[in-house]
Amino acid sequence: MGSKAIIIQNLSKKYRNAESFSVSNLTLEINRNEIFGLLGPNGAGKTTLISMLCGLIKPTSGKFIIEGFSYEKNAVDIKKMIGVVPQEYALYPTLTAKENLMYFGSMFGIKGKELKTKVQEALEHVGLDKFADKQIHTFSGGMKRRVNILAGVLHQPSVLFLDEPTVGVDVQSKNVIIDYLKALNQQGTTIVYTSHHLSEAQDFCTQITIMDKGEILTSGTPKHLIESVPNANNLEDVFVSITGKALRDGL
Amino acid sequence: MVYKLAMTIYKEMLLLKRDLGGLVILFVMPLMLIITVTLIQDASFKSMDDLNIPILLVDNDHGEISKTVKEDLNKNGNFQVISQLKGKIINEEMAREAVFKGEYQLAIILPQDLSTDLNSKVQRNVERIMQSMEVNDSNKAEQKKEVNERSVKLYFDPASQISFRNTVKNSIDKLITNIEKEKVYQGFQESLGISDFAIQDENFISYQVIGPDLKSEEEILPNSVQHNVPAWSLFAIFFIIVPLSINIVKEKGQGTQIRLITNPVPHFVLIAGKTITYLIICMLQFMLMLLIGLFLFPYMGLPKLELQGTFLMLFIVTLFSGLAAVGLGILLGTIAKTQEQAAPFAATFVVILAAIGGIWVPVFAMPKIMQSVSRISPMNWGLDAYYDVLLRKAGFGQIALELLLLFSFFLITVLVALFYDKKKRAV
Repeated sequence: MGSKAIIIQNLSKKYRNAESFSVSNLTLEINRNEIFGLLGPNGAGKTTLISMLCGLIKPTSGKFIIEGFSYEKNAVDIKKMIGVVPQEYALYPTLTAKENLMYFGSMFGIKGKELKTKVQEALEHVGLDKFADKQIHTFSGGMKRRVNILAGVLHQPSVLFLDEPTVGVDVQSKNVIIDYLKALNQQGTTIVYTSHHLSEAQDFCTQITIMDKGEILTSGTPKHLIESVPNANNLEDVFVSITGKALRDGL
Repeated sequence: MVYKLAMTIYKEMLLLKRDLGGLVILFVMPLMLIITVTLIQDASFKSMDDLNIPILLVDNDHGEISKTVKEDLNKNGNFQVISQLKGKIINEEMAREAVFKGEYQLAIILPQDLSTDLNSKVQRNVERIMQSMEVNDSNKAEQKKEVNERSVKLYFDPASQISFRNTVKNSIDKLITNIEKEKVYQGFQESLGISDFAIQDENFISYQVIGPDLKSEEEILPNSVQHNVPAWSLFAIFFIIVPLSINIVKEKGQGTQIRLITNPVPHFVLIAGKTITYLIICMLQFMLMLLIGLFLFPYMGLPKLELQGTFLMLFIVTLFSGLAAVGLGILLGTIAKTQEQAAPFAATFVVILAAIGGIWVPVFAMPKIMQSVSRISPMNWGLDAYYDVLLRKAGFGQIALELLLLFSFFLITVLVALFYDKKKRAV
């Protein structure tokens, strides 16, 4: 295993009453300290894959290992090592930013002065220290996104799962978020990231996998993917070339 | 683990503190309920002596009976007799109209010659008896004409309750029976020519109501406060299923539940955090109700709540009732998908549980089928335990079954919720 943060083998997921697999026989390895972009159109299976890796839903078949541990045997160990940042603002609206972070930090066993210091530093890092005692429901979308990320990283996870962390935020907030995530990665956190912002993914990710209909279509560095598709100038050209132009509406 | 539990309780407390609507549901609504209902129900727990209900009396008799009825009704304080309306002597038509309009609860119509006819009937019966004993002139009784039965008409407001009607009928019947009895004695005295014999007309049989608190000098009398404080405390306690289920549904909707599931904290710690927080709320609700019963009600002209050393037992009953309520709230919150589902269902469900649990209508007064249904209501177990402690002076052993049922209900509802949640996530 050595340098691998995540090893996925023949992983499949079929929801009850679904006609097809959301994730089908997927095999994948993610290196340590990687910023791994998981891209794909709506319904590709990205969220299902991340939900399984986070322990939110159980796979139909196959297995995966995170930092050498599996959920069957070491669920608590995995939960201590991973950080999860859901797409929705997973915060208590009537608690302040500080109270939210103190609570979620305490769930990882961080206590007392250490907890206070970590919360204070994290808020300073994303420019929210002045708003520490304001309730979340008074925050703008960008401010909520930043607190949402902090709540998932206070315990300095080995692997961080981010589901569209910059959706619906302005450029300024997006830059703060990306810079913060890059800093985390430099400190040793492996990042697994999904997004529909392809230019952002192109700049941010060190490794990208494009998937559709539960299967991996292609993987590689952003540069490698762009070079592999004739006449492609950016990741968006690669994406459209591989996944097609058809709409993915469905219930 | 303890640290995570303590932080979860602190978080839940903060959430509650900042939820004004939830606080109103938890504290203000039950207070309004207990004060309003106790004030309204107080009259039905009082004896008739305290009521002084205004009633119409139409006197077509103008005799001894009407005079006695009027005097007795006025004297005993049950009723305030009205014989005139707007300066006019009331007749039957006026009385009927006023009662059926709901202006008065009751009108009594005494028929013409009631006193004369009652005298004749009594005299005739006395003389028959004397004749059979050959004490009197044998022809005298036969000279008296037969007296037909007479009826006193009672007009009731259609909205008046059956129990009120029966009480009034019994009171008037007792009055007339007493007059009849006196007439019988008088008849015999006159027939036997006795004039200086004092009849002892006091009741020979008296009634002694014995409660469970016979040893104590101060017996607890059932009154609106003794019944309503435990009953509506229980209602308030179970009403926490509304904010609690909403709290759980919100966590699902806003994504915090997803975050918590992925955190290294066992699900039961999160459930225990909510349980302890809402149990504290239940205890506070109960304390508030007790304080109202002890200190506010006496200032409102209501009886004071009499605890007489039952506080600890009441505390225990509240704890177990609170557990049952929390379990139900957790189950509803787990099953409901939206706040729109949780809030009205929880509120309606509490009202149904209260109804079948005997909060409004005593279980013994329910139809048989509903009596059976009430036995499976956790509110009924709680109410029974409260009444056992407060009114029947029961000890721990006597309420153990109710406590066991309440605790089992908590365990079952929480386990079902945990199982449902696990099953749902294994999609």
